[in-house]
Amino acid sequence: MGDFMNIVVCIKQVPDTTEIRLDPIKGTLIRDGVPSIINPDDKAGLEEALKLKDLFGANITAITMGPPQAEQVLKEAFAMGVDKGILLTDRKFAGADSLATSNALAGALKKLDFDIVITGRQAIDGDTAQVGPQLAEHLGLPQMSYVKEINIVGENLVRVKRGVEDGYQVLEAETPCVLTILSEANNPRYMSVSKIISAVRDKKIEVWDTSMIDIDLEVLGLSGSPTKVKKSFTKGAKSAGKIHEVIPQEAVTIIIDKLKENFII
Amino acid sequence: MNLKEYKGVYIFIEQKSKEIQNVSLELLGKGRGLADTLEEELVAVLLGNKVKDQCQDLISYGADRVIYVDSPMLDKYLTEPYAQALSAISKSEKPNVILIGATSTGRDLAPRVSARLATGLTADCTSLEISEEKELLMTRPAFGGNLMATIICPDHRPQMSSVRPGVMQKLAIDTNRTGEIVEFDMKFDESKFKVRFIEELKETKQLVKIEDAHVLVSGGRGVGSAENFKHLEVLAKNIGATVSASRAMVDLGVMGHDRQVGQTGKTVRPDIYFALGISGAIQHLAGMEESEYIIAINKDKGANIFNTADLGIVGDVNKILPLLNSQINKLTNKNA
Repeated sequence: MGDFMNIVVCIKQVPDTTEIRLDPIKGTLIRDGVPSIINPDDKAGLEEALKLKDLFGANITAITMGPPQAEQVLKEAFAMGVDKGILLTDRKFAGADSLATSNALAGALKKLDFDIVITGRQAIDGDTAQVGPQLAEHLGLPQMSYVKEINIVGENLVRVKRGVEDGYQVLEAETPCVLTILSEANNPRYMSVSKIISAVRDKKIEVWDTSMIDIDLEVLGLSGSPTKVKKSFTKGAKSAGKIHEVIPQEAVTIIIDKLKENFII
Repeated sequence: MNLKEYKGVYIFIEQKSKEIQNVSLELLGKGRGLADTLEEELVAVLLGNKVKDQCQDLISYGADRVIYVDSPMLDKYLTEPYAQALSAISKSEKPNVILIGATSTGRDLAPRVSARLATGLTADCTSLEISEEKELLMTRPAFGGNLMATIICPDHRPQMSSVRPGVMQKLAIDTNRTGEIVEFDMKFDESKFKVRFIEELKETKQLVKIEDAHVLVSGGRGVGSAENFKHLEVLAKNIGATVSASRAMVDLGVMGHDRQVGQTGKTVRPDIYFALGISGAIQHLAGMEESEYIIAINKDKGANIFNTADLGIVGDVNKILPLLNSQINKLTNKNA
């Protein structure tokens, strides 16, 4: 591992989907004025990396793919304590589905030294949870997903708690490996004023285009994406509900029918 | 890639301690319809250790054929052995479609396999249909449920999709159905097994955050007490839902602040929101009015919640819930 671990954290700039509203007349998404944020699971990933740095020392690189304005999330990562920021930006990356995105990130990661790669479990704009495991596959590395807790338990040995439906699994792997982090893993630290100042003054974001990464152009962007959006639509407006004034047993029947209709039971 | 070589709808069957998970039976139900429309075969893929005895059940739930791999390597779910087996079966069988439950297992396995097969994967589909061109139309929510998108995978096979538990419907069990059961001869590359399983621990604490829950059972002042709130917890457990509360119950100390819905709590948009004994103060509505379907029970006919509810019941939640719970218990035991 050398003196310090090298940790790369993949982060994404996303619209804060809890702020998105529907235009009730046009039925379209209102995206104006919706703030852009670091995807919450990715921010938890940054915090996990920073915790490891606090404990053992580490060099942390944050990497993001997106349009030029995505540099904002790297500035925030600097202000949280990240050492290096890389912005992958190129028109050839545009329109990527999860597989093409993971190809681009893998191409960039092949140019970096790392012991641990951290991604968020999923991004709130797509909610697919696919990029982390796909990235791990392209790099030929073991993955441990849905991670709630990371411990370094020996030379090159990472032990995690992986959240599952009815509890958690404890898994262990040697570095290098890929971890995908749940937002419930931690409460990310705030940006510090001194780090904001040093981020502005001393830290420079590296901007990489497709020529700087180790990947075949055919697997990038829209043309490298096996999945295509055929159509998108918003769900129609709701009609007024029905009120029943009935005896309890009848109420039970009404609710049960509704739950069956929705395949809940 | 010659797309015509790829035939059949394949369902990854998830088992835990040899017990087939419900989501896999639901996918067999959905897959049966897709396979019939395509006029292709429905195949269940079962991976595990000593799971051969479960194969017949998969036929009873709709499969034409079951392919299984029995190996100690597959005793507990770990990404690499499962990814190797599913990829090997896919490379050998050339499926048209692979469906996987969007559980913590499926959402770990499916992307790994899709990358290995260099094909597309669409997560958490809420609707699957076959187009006139015989393509799989995979519809899913995006942008926090604000937008629905129909995704296709036109030039790559298999077309892979994951579906959350509870979205599709399983078929009634038919023990007279017959089908073929075949063992797949799997050669593992153990040198790639880099993750070790240490232990697993059950946790009764809820893992699902209320913002992520698909069904929320939420209680307010009308529930009255921690004692009565237990009915809500039973209902949630019975239907795979998560409990939440209005501010009144949080202030009473019945629920933690992380369970509070509303302006000073969390904003939620579940598929179904039970507003139980909740009057519907504007601060509460701000946190839940965009739920897909709202079921409200309240004693007060004039309660504001009934203006937002899709289904309103005027009545005492503490009388209705025990009845509802025992009725659901009866139904689910009969189906099992």
